[in-house]
Amino acid sequence: MKRPTQVRAIAWAAAFAPALLLGWRALDDGLGANPVEEMTHFTGIWALRMLVACLSVTPLRRLGLVLLAPARRILGLAACGWATVHISIYLALDLGFDFGFVLEDIVERPYITVGFSAWLVLMTLALTSTRGWQRRLGRRWVRLHRAVYPAAILAALHFIWLVKADLREPAFYAGMVAVLLGARVVAQLRARSPRAAAQTAT
Amino acid sequence: MWIPKRGPIAKPIPSREITDEKLYLDRRAFLRGTAAASVGVAVGGCFPSEESEAASSSAATGLPAELAAKPAPRHYRTEEPLTPWEAATTYNNYYEFGTGKSDPAENAHTLVPKPWSVAIEGEVAKPGVMSLEDLVKPHALEERIYRHRCVEAWSMVIPWIGIPLGEILKRVEPTSKARYVRFETLYDKVQMPLTRRRALPWPYREGLRIDEAMHPLAILAVGLYGRELPNQNGAPLRLVVPWKYGFKGIKSIVKIELTERQPRTSWQGENPREYGFYANVNPKVDHPRWSQKRERRIGEWTKRPTLFLNGYEEEVGPLYASMNLKRNF
Repeated sequence: MKRPTQVRAIAWAAAFAPALLLGWRALDDGLGANPVEEMTHFTGIWALRMLVACLSVTPLRRLGLVLLAPARRILGLAACGWATVHISIYLALDLGFDFGFVLEDIVERPYITVGFSAWLVLMTLALTSTRGWQRRLGRRWVRLHRAVYPAAILAALHFIWLVKADLREPAFYAGMVAVLLGARVVAQLRARSPRAAAQTAT
Repeated sequence: MWIPKRGPIAKPIPSREITDEKLYLDRRAFLRGTAAASVGVAVGGCFPSEESEAASSSAATGLPAELAAKPAPRHYRTEEPLTPWEAATTYNNYYEFGTGKSDPAENAHTLVPKPWSVAIEGEVAKPGVMSLEDLVKPHALEERIYRHRCVEAWSMVIPWIGIPLGEILKRVEPTSKARYVRFETLYDKVQMPLTRRRALPWPYREGLRIDEAMHPLAILAVGLYGRELPNQNGAPLRLVVPWKYGFKGIKSIVKIELTERQPRTSWQGENPREYGFYANVNPKVDHPRWSQKRERRIGEWTKRPTLFLNGYEEEVGPLYASMNLKRNF
């Protein structure tokens, strides 16, 4: 097997690993007293983790871990997939597919508004992540897929806004997103500064 | 050792509630002091005195000691199916022991509910510090089966054992200036090591208007499911006000103060925009961040509509007849 194929295989395994974990927990203790809440939190947190992992690929590549590159798309799809399961549980079990409730929640509750927006962005990016769409959109594809940055910010905000007290966990993920987006800003600034250009030239 | 007055024996717990015991036992693995528990504790239904203070669970089962109580008047016991013991004792909000739902069941073993005393202060003719036994002894324990609605939009049905708060308040003779009741939870960094993190302003504080406190629905609970309160449920003494959101039901009470002015609660201190003094269950008044129109009954997959005053409108509705409940949330 070639290196990129191996990396892809590992990334796919990672993308589906939470499903095994969830299944194991369901068998272990039936997901506790409130399984719906547990599943909602579980799928939400894994969507966010996959998104953070996806955003780590490029900064790590810049640091020399070039072999990770093929994992980026798969991790992005995983984030979208888990976010889709997350929102499906909410639509089916919290709102019973009642469209009135859905609309009210999306309009009136800021944390749901931002969460839903993040999911819409991820869905758009997942659907246009194929080679065909890459070819069709050309240069615009890169610009479109930069929307993953605001999606990550919205996802982190969604988490911060829904906790009642004790912000440590959402703050940790917001920090991760900040660091990963910060790394890109630094890379941009370096690429522009003449000294850095001179350094890379020599 | 003191044995409470026996009313008609409470209905035995249906076996479906007790099947969870095995799981419960496996988890706790007899961690808590079982050695000192006397047979009397296991069968008598009582508060062990100082001699057996380590015995918070019975030797035979590892479960809290049984309590005998007379059944509540019919309209104070809902016919809805009870939430299983396992759920009611492993899914808790008790931030002194962690902010996760399963944290209190895992961490609250450091709480020492015996011996316990409660300070009664403020606008009363008979202030003082009372042992739990002296506080509870003069009253017959009653079983009340109440709906319990959390501000987080989940709910349970719990068979509490306790005494009407109003009866205790009458005993200490509130003065004419007593317009509110202020409660405080134990704040002990040794028994509650996680309070070093300020998840909320400690000690946890709650309050009621005097007419709310005197309402016969309001009880001080010492047990649930025919047993003494487990630590994570607020041992040894907690407030239960079923028409209000669960956070009003302050746990492990060490102080009751009658005041002239409205006390400030911990949740108001944490976030006054989101948590008011009244905190009445009300599907028409949403939490600023989420809907209160519906709730998930623990054990059910989908949500059900939330009832005004948690279904106790007939009893406590008149308390709020002239109030704007949107403003007084």
